[in-house]
Amino acid sequence: MRGARGWVPALAVFVLGILLWEGYIAAFDVQRFLLPRPTDIVQTFWNERDVLWGAGWFTFKEALGGFAIGSAAGVLAALVCARWRPLGRALMPYMIAANAIPIIAFAPITNQWFGLLNPLSKMVIAAVLCFFPVMVNTLRGLTSVRPQSIELMRSYAAGEATIFRRVRIPNSLPYLFAALKVASVLAMIGAVVGEYFGGSQEALGVQIRNSAALFRFETAWAAILVASILGIAFYLAITAVERVALRWERRGIE
Amino acid sequence: MSSLARRIGSFLLVLVGLVLLWEGFKWVAEATELRLGTFTVNDTTFPHLYDIVGQLFEPSRRNGPMLIEVLWDSALFTAKEAVAGFLLGAVVGLAIGIVLHHSRLLQRGFLPYIVASQTVPILAIAPMVVVYLGGELQAPGWVSVAVIAAYLTFFPVTVNTLRGLASADPRALELMRSYAASPFEVLWKLKLPASLPYLFAAFKISATASVVGAMIGELPSSIQDGLGGAILNFNQYYLSSPESLWATNLIAALLGISFFLVILLVERLVVRRAPEHIA
Amino acid sequence: MSGPEPVVSIRTVSKSFVQGQVQALQEIDLEIRPREFVSLIGPSGCGKSTLLRIVGDLIQPTQGDVVVNGKTAQQARRDRDYGIVFQDAVLYDWRTVAKNISLPLEMAKWDRAKRQARVGEMLELVELTGFEDRYPWQLSGGMQQRVSIARALSFSPELLLMDEPFGALDEMTRERLNGELLRIWDDTGSTVVFVTHSIAEAVFLSTRVAVMSPRPGRIAQVIDIDLPHPRTQATREEPRFFELVTEVREALHGGSARPAPARTAEADR
Repeated sequence: MRGARGWVPALAVFVLGILLWEGYIAAFDVQRFLLPRPTDIVQTFWNERDVLWGAGWFTFKEALGGFAIGSAAGVLAALVCARWRPLGRALMPYMIAANAIPIIAFAPITNQWFGLLNPLSKMVIAAVLCFFPVMVNTLRGLTSVRPQSIELMRSYAAGEATIFRRVRIPNSLPYLFAALKVASVLAMIGAVVGEYFGGSQEALGVQIRNSAALFRFETAWAAILVASILGIAFYLAITAVERVALRWERRGIE
Repeated sequence: MSSLARRIGSFLLVLVGLVLLWEGFKWVAEATELRLGTFTVNDTTFPHLYDIVGQLFEPSRRNGPMLIEVLWDSALFTAKEAVAGFLLGAVVGLAIGIVLHHSRLLQRGFLPYIVASQTVPILAIAPMVVVYLGGELQAPGWVSVAVIAAYLTFFPVTVNTLRGLASADPRALELMRSYAASPFEVLWKLKLPASLPYLFAAFKISATASVVGAMIGELPSSIQDGLGGAILNFNQYYLSSPESLWATNLIAALLGISFFLVILLVERLVVRRAPEHIA
Repeated sequence: MSGPEPVVSIRTVSKSFVQGQVQALQEIDLEIRPREFVSLIGPSGCGKSTLLRIVGDLIQPTQGDVVVNGKTAQQARRDRDYGIVFQDAVLYDWRTVAKNISLPLEMAKWDRAKRQARVGEMLELVELTGFEDRYPWQLSGGMQQRVSIARALSFSPELLLMDEPFGALDEMTRERLNGELLRIWDDTGSTVVFVTHSIAEAVFLSTRVAVMSPRPGRIAQVIDIDLPHPRTQATREEPRFFELVTEVREALHGGSARPAPARTAEADR
């Protein structure tokens, strides 16, 4: 827990960045439509806040839904693979390979399945994006227990279920939360990108695409700002939950 | 039975298993008329695997070349952009990581924004990157795409570079100090080699990310020749030929996996140490 | 005291940590002459490793200074006048045995031919010829330590600093490596400062043993070890050996025999 002084450099960079941005545009007379001024963006952000936040919330729900489904499925799969090791060992390489598949390419297909306007089509993309990191990392956390801990439990005549409950699951929590943090960002990105391929007008991704297409870059950037803020807020929420859940763990949280 | 034969055997087993899963699910879903909202399972929404694979060998359009040829060319096109993006992102990520490692101040100042940058949906800024680079700087289309791919690539590399450089054994640092080593020598002879496992872990993520970035980058650039363009194209004609879009996805998946395998191979050649050290 | 110039002069060195709250070393005075083998022994926390690192300019003293080879400790480090061996072999696991040994030679910008020749010599010295292309994880703990010693000696420093180098090894390997270390010491004519926990090891190896007291560390006593050289396993069974071991042990206990705080009946309830 760093004190306020830890934030000074970041704050300084922010202020400097904004000043440079404004200065660059003024000095080089950059076309407004290419790179809008920060002040214009903030102005648009304020003016259109209802529409933007409405769209943001709509997209965020998709992200949240996908995150919940994908992470739950990932944890479940990890538990199964940890319980029945041969299955886990056999599947692991394929899970890792599957993680290398560009899921985004699947977005048009989910659109065909559930319809362009149905949030479910974007939720599925977000869910699949979340599934693999959560599954792989949770599995690693469940299985990377020191052999001595397991031997200790066996000396207490503990059964598999007890070992899971008392040793493996607590051990896997840091890994799980690390994966959830990654998944939170991926879910948001998945939802927005999924919308690019088509979606309801109320969706943030569609807003961004349309504004950019109409060269209304202030709106586009304002919408991007909303997406970013929501993504960061989601990430920080997970971090807060992590801090509570891992109270007993004294390690540097990365 | 040799280990290689066993590996191939289990791979084939899993492949067969997946095929059975697919067709089995399809058969059951169609028989029970499974529904999820408006989603039903039929030959349009869920083509047979053999139809998908078969479509590869059909002409992509009337009197045109086979689909697989078209997709092969698209994949190669996207692959080149992805490689360019990967290299750019890896170099930039490494450089940023090294600089931030040596300066706590810069780290505290910039790291929050570097992390935040990944919450910006890449697709959103892609059009602007294209307009700027293509318009103002007159760069060819693939450059914009490579930049977008690099954007997705650099972050895991930066994070893992920071972690890897910091992972050097404190005793080894003392040893270098006893040799009166300069900071550069410490970096080159100790910290960078020590961070290789971490770097390769990042490269595996970045390999896929660069392919995704390349495909996504093609969309606002209106590039037809790559996989992104192919996806948009076959999406339009989905109802008349759903297998084509699925086949494109298959090729895209193979592209992503092959990038990943290349990194695995390079890792096995470069990182020669105790088995448990390989990430 | 007349005689050759000391290799290491520790002059009233004190070291405290945490803004003076932890006094690790208090006014250490010690001179180490050429070709001596001096062991530092003491209970855990007495600061012997800290003292070794101060000599190596890896830590700075709070007070006092160290003169090595007539120079400041810092200059001696810059001139690479010493080699250091830690309890952990600290080999780079991405380098072969040969490349690990040649690390300091690369830093000193020796050319390849000279490096290879010297690596060969060093491998002979520690009796690991033939292991050039092995990786550290393919070697046993004892072998790794021998590589570590070879590396420390590769550039022929006059001074060798060793921080419990055999502490992580089993007794038998340890005794064998003790003998090898003495042989190497004799061959190279170097001066050794050796930190250890083991009384037997200190007596077997050294010409003098400096017994340190618990924190804050002071030199309680310096004991001359007058056993003849060369020393062998047989030496460990000589009566004089046991006498010296007892002398060191008593010096150690004497140092820690400060009256313990009185335990009253109330405290025990």
